[in-house]
Amino acid sequence: MLRQNWWKILCVVLLLYTFVAGFLGPVPARPILNETIRNYYFHIAMWFSMMIFFIISLVYSIKYLRGNDHIFDIYALEYAKTGIVFGMLGLATGSAWAGFTWGAFWSNDPKQLGAVVALLIYLAYMVLRNSMTDVDKRARVGAVYNIFAFAMLFPTIWIIPRMVESLHPGGAGNPAINADGRIRIVFWPGALPGWTLLGVWITTLRIRLQLLSEQRHHH
Amino acid sequence: MYKKVYALLLFLSCWFAGLSVHAQDNTGQLRTVDSASAQRIEMADQLRANGKIYVVVTVVIIILLGLILYVVRLDRKIARLEKDAQK
Repeated sequence: MLRQNWWKILCVVLLLYTFVAGFLGPVPARPILNETIRNYYFHIAMWFSMMIFFIISLVYSIKYLRGNDHIFDIYALEYAKTGIVFGMLGLATGSAWAGFTWGAFWSNDPKQLGAVVALLIYLAYMVLRNSMTDVDKRARVGAVYNIFAFAMLFPTIWIIPRMVESLHPGGAGNPAINADGRIRIVFWPGALPGWTLLGVWITTLRIRLQLLSEQRHHH
Repeated sequence: MYKKVYALLLFLSCWFAGLSVHAQDNTGQLRTVDSASAQRIEMADQLRANGKIYVVVTVVIIILLGLILYVVRLDRKIARLEKDAQK
């Protein structure tokens, strides 16, 4: 997977499909949203792929704790980093979208606040790691913290924003956008795997660079 | 290998061009259904009718391909470093 090419080509193809069909394909006409409904293929895909990266990161952290293999620590760290980048892009795109539909770039919406808290918890993962000089200790404490950070996604992103009223679609009395087949046909086969593969691609590059620099260090 | 990739990309871009024309036809039909139920909702129909949305799509695709190319080159550079390191 790390050095193969076929899924990179697939990534480009899926992203091309997302951009062409995302801009030109039919979408439901909704008040307030208008054409901005197309942001679904970009803004929501950021959050969704962020969660996938955090899940992958979690899996590698658990793997590290089970076998103490240093490479799993690198994998966990780099996937968490990519997740943070995608999360920040999700935050920025959401803010821009809200500015022109909800009337404010930031409105302390429960989902906005929850997402910020979740990202701060993951940023603390980086701070915590960098506060330790011992490689093994850093990896071990980092892995344990990473599991905690993932657990915190449940209240901050998945539970609390759904229990209270939110401006985001999908809440009470606010129909979800993805119920429409015209949206789903681009989002599920195109946007989500396309953006996720791009993130995986960039992450594998970072992992390979990290491995290279460590190799150089040993010689 | 790369010749095959280029051929694949060329084929796909032709396919996408066909697909987007097809999507345009569909859009027209679906929109009439939509506008019957919700007449006042503004969509960028005019813009698409004029074909100018394609300009935006072209620009975005160029940016996307440019960034992808950048990542591909980075990928190859790292692969070369890996090869050197193995020696």
